[in-house]
Amino acid sequence: VGHYGGSYKVTYDLYKKYGDMRLLDTPICENGFMGMGIGAAMTGLRPIVEGMNMGFLLLAYNQISNNAGMLHYTSGGQYKVPMVIRGPGGVGRQLGAEHSQRLESYFQSIPGVQLVACSTAANAKALLKSAIRSDNPIIFFEHVLLYNVKGETKDGYYQPLEKAEMVRSGRDVTILCYSRMRYVVMQAVAELEKQGYDPEVIDLISLKPFDMEAITNSVKKTKRVIIVEECMKTGGIGASLSATINESCFDDLDHQVVRLSSQDVPTAYAYELEAATIVQPEQVVAAVQRVVGTPVSA
Amino acid sequence: MLVARAARSGLGSGLLPGVCSASAAVQTQCARDFASKSSDPSIEVKVRDFGAHRIEPPSTTVTATKSELLGYFELMYKMRRMEIASDMLYKSKLIRGFCHLYDGQEACMVGIGAATTDTDSIITSYRDHCTHLMKKGTVVEVMAELLGRVDGASKGYGGSMHMYKKDTNFYGGNGIVGAQVPLGAGLAFAHKYRDDGGIAMTLYGDGAANQGQLFEALNIAALWDLPCLFICENNHYGMGTSEARGSKSHTFYTRGDYAPGLKVDGMDVLAVKQAISYAKEYALKHGPVVMELDTYRYHGHSMSDPGSTYRTRDEISQMRTQRDPLEHVRRLLLDNNFADASELKKLEKTIKKEVDNAVATAKQSSIPDPADLWKTIYRDPLGAVVKGLDSSVKVQL
Repeated sequence: VGHYGGSYKVTYDLYKKYGDMRLLDTPICENGFMGMGIGAAMTGLRPIVEGMNMGFLLLAYNQISNNAGMLHYTSGGQYKVPMVIRGPGGVGRQLGAEHSQRLESYFQSIPGVQLVACSTAANAKALLKSAIRSDNPIIFFEHVLLYNVKGETKDGYYQPLEKAEMVRSGRDVTILCYSRMRYVVMQAVAELEKQGYDPEVIDLISLKPFDMEAITNSVKKTKRVIIVEECMKTGGIGASLSATINESCFDDLDHQVVRLSSQDVPTAYAYELEAATIVQPEQVVAAVQRVVGTPVSA
Repeated sequence: MLVARAARSGLGSGLLPGVCSASAAVQTQCARDFASKSSDPSIEVKVRDFGAHRIEPPSTTVTATKSELLGYFELMYKMRRMEIASDMLYKSKLIRGFCHLYDGQEACMVGIGAATTDTDSIITSYRDHCTHLMKKGTVVEVMAELLGRVDGASKGYGGSMHMYKKDTNFYGGNGIVGAQVPLGAGLAFAHKYRDDGGIAMTLYGDGAANQGQLFEALNIAALWDLPCLFICENNHYGMGTSEARGSKSHTFYTRGDYAPGLKVDGMDVLAVKQAISYAKEYALKHGPVVMELDTYRYHGHSMSDPGSTYRTRDEISQMRTQRDPLEHVRRLLLDNNFADASELKKLEKTIKKEVDNAVATAKQSSIPDPADLWKTIYRDPLGAVVKGLDSSVKVQL
């Protein structure tokens, strides 16, 4: 993060502006430096700890789960952990299995952490500002392939961490997605619009807790839900979300909740194999066609 | 009166209030000494040699005043009685789960307390009841937490292994072996960041000394010159594995390699105080010091361990008779006429009563309300609604 500027240049030149006491290059010891960040946060400092790739944070799982997540609770509210744990994750371009992990599925069970996924330049900035100021431990998911996405940002704007983002209002079906899958879905939407469909697309933003208000309002309107995620089918964000929607919106649903998720396989290296493990726009189109049936003309 | 005492005791350490001679000049001197020192005489005590690695050891001559020694005795005795009370409550099934007792190791915690201030941070393992006391927590808070009541140190949420006291910088007991060590290095970073003159002490056992994260944290602490003491409370057994069977190198104070280390007699509160004071001063200027406190626990690893399948009863009783931390201070008090046997007996009785009362008070404390189950998960309320156990119950966070 310091002299190198970050592996994706996220922290480029920040150390020149803020110095080595604020931009700290650590040795390679995720468990160790995560614990140190948590210890510093317990004293009231606001550290931002980066996993160079989110996948490496598996080495720090104990610290994140037992210390970041649980300390406020086990201390009876005495100690807060106002830190942000961030880093790039998700499937990139042929980075191999170990560098293509979706840690949100592992972390979602930890009580006491908040999970936030950014997807645009605007919400990346606004959400991170909110995350830093929050007194809760926030795990902030960035995506390896989204760093080059350009967009408008607003100065001095904070986005609430628990609210989903309406990407496209519609009537036929609610498509719930987050991070890079937002772009996959919008690619599919371009095709679906041509075919006469009118999907509603919601970017979840808050992976824990879910913005159930936004989601249930949408389901009441469309009666159909497709979850598009990059997590694997087993135990992903979609699995939890699907269960919750079934429980909350059963009477509003006209179709079972459909999940489009990555296959339960390690991400292969070869281009075609990698493409086959994750959700592609064509599959989103097919799912909408299946769930909605013939499009209702406006 | 004190002058007469000094004459009677015949101890020649040179620091007792002067024995008055007939000379007028000396008498004036004596009078001045009498006024300032008579209320709190001090002695010099020689402690065991320190082990030293890449550092000059402190002097083995330690000064202690009567009030200090009485204070150490009182606090150690309170710790001892508290742990014995916990043992009894556990056996009556009022304390459940895990309960790791500290009796035998009292000198470590009291010595640390004597050498440090409220600003200095401390974090330790699950054997943390006495750390809470050292950091000015009360016996009621410890007992109530063990009983799972709202007046406990963590309001009943934490239990034996998770006691904390924010106002005196006690950052907790920790359940996972060694996980507290990087946290401690983070506390040291915060001290350095704030430049507040405090140090962090991160405690671990001989078993935890083999955790990789310890070496990760030490490397960063040494690289960044953090004011951190890495203190190994070596009670020679990691659960049932003796240090010889668990560690290739069991000179724990040298295992920091590039970092200086000190080995201390952990059964002697004065040795611990001396070494910690010295190391604190060093750490504030130069960075981390690894310390090894050579100590012993009388109980097994926890209440479910009789503690006799991996060590002999002879070893335990030998430690009790030859190196017990309380007996050591008792001897110092008696030998120097700072107190007589009946005074100490009276003090012990008072403390025992205090602990018994604390247990009674803790038992009166109420059981936590299940409605409070969700209260302290997040610091910032989320405004979100999450589901309870059977999904029909909704909780506002």
